[in-house]
Amino acid sequence: MTKTDKRAHEPLIHITKRNQIPWWKSWMIRAAAIILALVVGAIFVMLMTGYNPLQVYSAMLDGNFKSSRKFWMLLQNTSILLCISLAVTPAFKMRFWNTGAEGQVLVGALASAAMMFYVGDRLNNAVLIIVMLIASIAAGVIWAVLPAYFKAKWNTNETLFTLMMNYVAMQLVGFAIMIWVPSGSNVMGVINSKTESGWLPNVFGQKYLINILIVVAVTVLMFIYLRYSKHGYEIAVVGESENTAKYIGINVKRVIIRTMVLSGAVCGLAGFLLVSGTHHTVSKNIVGGMGFTAIMVSWLAKFNPILMVLTSGLIIFLQQGAGEIATQLALNESISDILTGIILFFIIGCEFFVHYKMNFRAKHGKD
Amino acid sequence: MLETICLFINAAIIQGIPLLFGATGEIITEKSGNLNLGIPGIMYVGGISGIIGGYIYEHTAANPNAALCVLIPLLSTLLGSALMALIYSFLTITLRANQNVTGLTLTTLGIGIGNFFGGSLLSFFGESGSISLLTTASYYKASLPFADKLGLFGKTFLSFGFLAYSAIIIAIVTSFVLNRTHIGLNLRAVGENPATADAAGVNVTKYKYLSTIVGGAIAGLGGLYFVMDYTGGAWTNDGFGDRGWLAIAIVIFALWRPKLSILCSFLFGGLYIVCVYIPGLTSSSKELIKMLPYVVTIVVLVVISARKNRSNQPPAHLGLPYFREDR
Repeated sequence: MTKTDKRAHEPLIHITKRNQIPWWKSWMIRAAAIILALVVGAIFVMLMTGYNPLQVYSAMLDGNFKSSRKFWMLLQNTSILLCISLAVTPAFKMRFWNTGAEGQVLVGALASAAMMFYVGDRLNNAVLIIVMLIASIAAGVIWAVLPAYFKAKWNTNETLFTLMMNYVAMQLVGFAIMIWVPSGSNVMGVINSKTESGWLPNVFGQKYLINILIVVAVTVLMFIYLRYSKHGYEIAVVGESENTAKYIGINVKRVIIRTMVLSGAVCGLAGFLLVSGTHHTVSKNIVGGMGFTAIMVSWLAKFNPILMVLTSGLIIFLQQGAGEIATQLALNESISDILTGIILFFIIGCEFFVHYKMNFRAKHGKD
Repeated sequence: MLETICLFINAAIIQGIPLLFGATGEIITEKSGNLNLGIPGIMYVGGISGIIGGYIYEHTAANPNAALCVLIPLLSTLLGSALMALIYSFLTITLRANQNVTGLTLTTLGIGIGNFFGGSLLSFFGESGSISLLTTASYYKASLPFADKLGLFGKTFLSFGFLAYSAIIIAIVTSFVLNRTHIGLNLRAVGENPATADAAGVNVTKYKYLSTIVGGAIAGLGGLYFVMDYTGGAWTNDGFGDRGWLAIAIVIFALWRPKLSILCSFLFGGLYIVCVYIPGLTSSSKELIKMLPYVVTIVVLVVISARKNRSNQPPAHLGLPYFREDR
């Protein structure tokens, strides 16, 4: 990485931590990274397709704004991704690497679907929705608290634990579908499609509006919780230094478990929104990797819930745009994953330049 | 009955080989303190790189030559997966990015690359249908010539292509290098306590880079084995499934020991397909059996953390960045 000049004994590049960087400068670095990423992404698409870059980006805009349906999809997907990102944020702030959001959302979705399936025709719709909500949150909490408990008790590696829980959840969903769908077709159809019981109602004639409103409320609450509450402060202290937290009398174990209960509960809520407000069914890949994407969304936004609206919107925008490129060119839609990956890498990489300064060796560096 | 058991063992080994490559690669990586969650993506890239290399050669050469048919996909795989690991290394080591975020992004990217090229490779060459590299695959599948003559034993244990044996050899060599050589000692020191290793004169950056890249390249071979030997030169999108994560689970289950990971891979490979061999299972209980590898991994993870046995722990600095000037 660094070359040493034997005569001067001074490396060519010397890296130091920045003390402070004006906010506009750090955002310029990030904007430059995104622009650079878009250029690299465009070059990639051009090489693959022969499109010119303008066509690429106009196709991207088409994918998000061409019809009101596409625009609503943008809002809806953004709100679900945002909800999951909000869920993982308090845990991350505490340096608890919850890579299990995918599974926590999935069991939440499964719990909602189970309620719809088993008691859907026996309860009044409002009661059913409340029961589903409670079941989803409870399921999400169970999935999140297990790793948190062992982390608090024995310092069990939470990254790997939560990661494994994802696949346990997936198989659980597979198991449930096999029981519910006797034909063995492995696909769960829309539940209660005739009675629509357990479906969140349309607001102002829009199917997804209620999801979006709920997530907006969660965003504001999470912002206040992290910024102004005592709990939020404790999370920040534990994240900065566990020893400091212990020293000033914070019960670290309690904070870990309490925070993961919150994280799991919001994940469960996201699962509920996916089933009750969006798909009205459940499948192994209903979360579609958003549990992992949420980690990046939260991290890119520096754990700030308001900024997460932008970062989650950006990622969904890219994915839908790339999906449109794929459709227009009859290409495989996985191109969206590649473009997302390229852009994320540039943003991840640029953080280095925000936090560190490179000092080049002066030309006549000898003393 | 014996025949069925032998068939099962054979299938378990076949399923276990890609996992073993992935686990060995991840062990080497993790020993340097890098938790590379991009391994599942790297394995996809390994698979598709081999397919691309093989496809281009098989379709341009008039008479595909056996040695090149094997070498070109092999080198493409090593190159492709090493490049992916290089991206990870550059971001986490040089640019000090968060390892979890970088790794997960790498997995997204890798699966995207695999599915994109797998789905559109033929259309780039103006063909339609699905990819099938029968000639190349036949060389990869070629087993030892005397295997057929050894009856059931040969069928069970010797009917594999050369990559399967390489996986086992690589795991044993890795174990030797890690535990019996100076390089291995330094590498483990970097993963346990990079500051101390640095003070002792070990080039931490170099060790981290090399182990991550070598580990990535080895993991990529798992993808190559899967596409060439297991599926016989065909590509299905998402066909590799969640095997990459299973490989990461094996690393934990085998307590970061390459030799133990050989057995664990076959065990997990067996669990992956055991439901086919148990008669009278309902399809719902099959799903529960597939859950087993993950559940036992969680149990192992909890047990090793509870027992605090020092020789069974993950590398102490796993997942943490190292910056010399941090205090």
